[in-house]
Amino acid sequence: MSDLDTDSYPEHGLTLAGEQLLPQLVAHLREHRAKLRDEWSSRIREAHLLEAMTPQEMANETTSVYDNYVEVLETGSVEALQHYARDLSERIIPRGVETHEVVGIVLLLRDVLARSLFEKYQDDFALLNEVLDAYEPAANRIANTVAVSFVDERERVIRQQQDAIRELSTPVLPVRERLLILPIIGVLDSDRAKQLTEQLLTGIRTHRAKVVVMDITGAPDVDETVANHLVQTVDASRLMGASVIITGLSPTIAQTLVTIGVDLSKMNTIGDLQGGLEEAERLLGYRTTRTEVADES
Amino acid sequence: MNTGPALVSILRQGDTLVASVNGALDDSEMHRFQVDLVQQIGDYRARGVIIDVAALDVLDSFGSRTLRGIAEMARLRGAVTVVVGIQPDVAYAMVRLGMDMGSIATALDLEEGLAHLARLRDHPRGASRGGR
Repeated sequence: MSDLDTDSYPEHGLTLAGEQLLPQLVAHLREHRAKLRDEWSSRIREAHLLEAMTPQEMANETTSVYDNYVEVLETGSVEALQHYARDLSERIIPRGVETHEVVGIVLLLRDVLARSLFEKYQDDFALLNEVLDAYEPAANRIANTVAVSFVDERERVIRQQQDAIRELSTPVLPVRERLLILPIIGVLDSDRAKQLTEQLLTGIRTHRAKVVVMDITGAPDVDETVANHLVQTVDASRLMGASVIITGLSPTIAQTLVTIGVDLSKMNTIGDLQGGLEEAERLLGYRTTRTEVADES
Repeated sequence: MNTGPALVSILRQGDTLVASVNGALDDSEMHRFQVDLVQQIGDYRARGVIIDVAALDVLDSFGSRTLRGIAEMARLRGAVTVVVGIQPDVAYAMVRLGMDMGSIATALDLEEGLAHLARLRDHPRGASRGGR
């Protein structure tokens, strides 16, 4: 592409539709690929974006993004780019890359390319206008696609993690026949408390539990709603024929329970998990004895 | 008074009556169940009553009040009542609505209920509530 090309469409330029101009500018972008890509990379470095990546990774990713970008301009289909953007997001999200960085680099590339188009078509303002008419919507669509893909991917990761946390947060563990342990770790909100009750009641049914030790050592605090919910859980378990021993009540939680006037007489509480297990074994009629172990050494 | 086929089967097993509630009972059926059961406790000189509600997916306040009433009447006629088979959802709904079984013992299922009554027979004073 030289001045000759531009000059050879002096009048046609005004009538050329976008789809005829695009191949021309795609060819231009392909031709100056190395130069434009380097310029873009240095702009990224100046803007201190993507500093979580090594220079080598940067070079690889910028090349891929550049090629994808040009390909979208050429084909008008964002599917491949979408796929690439998701894939890229999946790789960089765990490394703490922020939304503004991703959007930032795409916008930088858009500017770098626009600048080169200005330079190329500066002699023919009308043609430049048309080139930009063809270029800008496509470029905006690309920026939009990348940003949306990144955010989508991030939300997907967040949802996945939330699900994982929810699953993990309330394990119901059988420790002996008919004895369950329910360790509660982390902040209890109403949602979790409700889920906990459901899992516990189903657990009692499936494991035919008679005694449940609910250990709340790991719960920093409970509010009134949750405290009442715990009491309801204890009551519901009792209706199913299981008794609940609560262990590890922190001083704060104990105060909350008393302050809100929860009927504590029905609640069997024991200081720590060890004591709770001993009490549970007593209720179930286990007697634990310690036998002398021969000294190996 | 409801005169159709009884929705609750009351079976005798030694000195224990086992009443299985087979489906949702309306108020008059609940009442009939109460009358039948209290009558049969005397007829069979029963010492224990097990009410199995495993088939119920709902227990309203009238139902739970009637069960409490039955347990109290049974006690006056010399029998101990254990309610067994309360489903997880039902248990949760009951406590949410502030209903409880009062002083009635509860157990996981029929087997547990029978074991509880057996313990009571062996240690009339020693055994505590159903859960223990």
